[in-house]
Amino acid sequence: MIEVRRLVKRFGSKAVLKGLDFEVREGEFVALIGPNGAGKTTFLRILASLARPTLGEVRIAGYRLPFQAAAVRRNLGFVSHQPLLYGDLNAEENLRFFGRMYDLAGLEKRIEAVLNTVGLLNRRRDPVRTYSRGMQQRLAIGRAILHDPSVLFFDEPHTGLDQEACDMLDQVLREVTGRGRTVVMTSHDLARVEDLAARFDVLSQGVIAASAAKSDLGGSNLLDFYRRALAG
Amino acid sequence: MAEAHPFDQARPATSYLKAIGAIVWKDLTAEWRSRELLSAMLVFALLVILVFNFALELDIETRRTVTSGVLWVTFAFAGTIGLNRSLAIEKDRDCLDGLLLAPVDRSAIYFGKALSNLAFMLLVEAIVLPIYSLLYDTNLFNLGLIGTILLGSIGYIAVGTLLASMAVQARTRDILLPILLFPVVIPVLVAAVKASSGFLQGSPASAITPWINLLVAYDIIFIAVAFMVFDFVVEE
Repeated sequence: MIEVRRLVKRFGSKAVLKGLDFEVREGEFVALIGPNGAGKTTFLRILASLARPTLGEVRIAGYRLPFQAAAVRRNLGFVSHQPLLYGDLNAEENLRFFGRMYDLAGLEKRIEAVLNTVGLLNRRRDPVRTYSRGMQQRLAIGRAILHDPSVLFFDEPHTGLDQEACDMLDQVLREVTGRGRTVVMTSHDLARVEDLAARFDVLSQGVIAASAAKSDLGGSNLLDFYRRALAG
Repeated sequence: MAEAHPFDQARPATSYLKAIGAIVWKDLTAEWRSRELLSAMLVFALLVILVFNFALELDIETRRTVTSGVLWVTFAFAGTIGLNRSLAIEKDRDCLDGLLLAPVDRSAIYFGKALSNLAFMLLVEAIVLPIYSLLYDTNLFNLGLIGTILLGSIGYIAVGTLLASMAVQARTRDILLPILLFPVVIPVLVAAVKASSGFLQGSPASAITPWINLLVAYDIIFIAVAFMVFDFVVEE
């Protein structure tokens, strides 16, 4: 579903991604872990067509980025640590706006179903600026799944959430990712991704330093695997 | 028959227009709730014409000659405040990323933002004109002047929305926009002042037409330029 070959991204003279190779099969949930500044967010922004690669090839469902970006974006959902929502609009209006941007049919029913999934049906008419950070992040997931995409990217969605909000977010994540969707999620929180993902890729110094399926970790835990990958 | 690929469901023409409409609806609805942008533009515009009213203690005849200049200075400065705020709203919570993720040609985002910015600017102008008429005791209800204000505002917003989209990426966006905008928009301001002045003073059509032609040409050129380059301006 996702193929990345020799991906390079430079900001001026600084190379953030240095010939990265990456592949995700359809329906797979991959957690991308790595230290601060490893290039996780930059990589995810390239996959989401929000940034252009300097060199290399990125294909999603056979479509090449950035040249066929509009075709890719139609079936892609993106959640970052910012909710990408308008504070002066309520939840329903935010989703209606994004639904119109995607030209979705049967929008009102879809909005109701999504608000139900993310547990915000009873707060749908409240302005988003009155929501807690956890509620905003759940609505952000609602925005990302509104057009029923088959590929989802999560860029550190737990950032800034308290324990309870993280648990609620995980519930929503399990619900929206357990439907055959292909998912790539970046995170610092190894305990959370260990529970959610089926494969773990460690991004370090601009390349994938190690990759392992959950079943391959055996007796060792994710933290050991992560430390070994960073030690090289 | 082969099953349609799930990624091949685009309906470009209708999607494009719906996306423009959605952005205008979103901007107007959000502004109706907050009234941040319009109130800032309006208060600033009224302060400018008040300051000019006290600073220029002029007789009625001289007032008529400075009217177009005072009006366009007011519109240009108030417009800059509106443009800055309109794009800052998109950038503050990374909402611009939400727009960029939509499966439409990104020029639709430009046209949506430009149309809502134009609506805000025209609304402020519609309020400022009668107040200016009262303060300066000058009749501004002239169809030629209103047409010129429309053309000038379109040109100002066309280039302003493009440059504000660029400036909003920078930390110094508040000061960067006027520095980028005013040199580029000088032809619009000069042509608009000259044409407005011509209409107010009853100049012959031959004296006004070249300025109107310049405004129309500028509007067309900058709308076309924005259509072509907006994608590169907003993408990393």
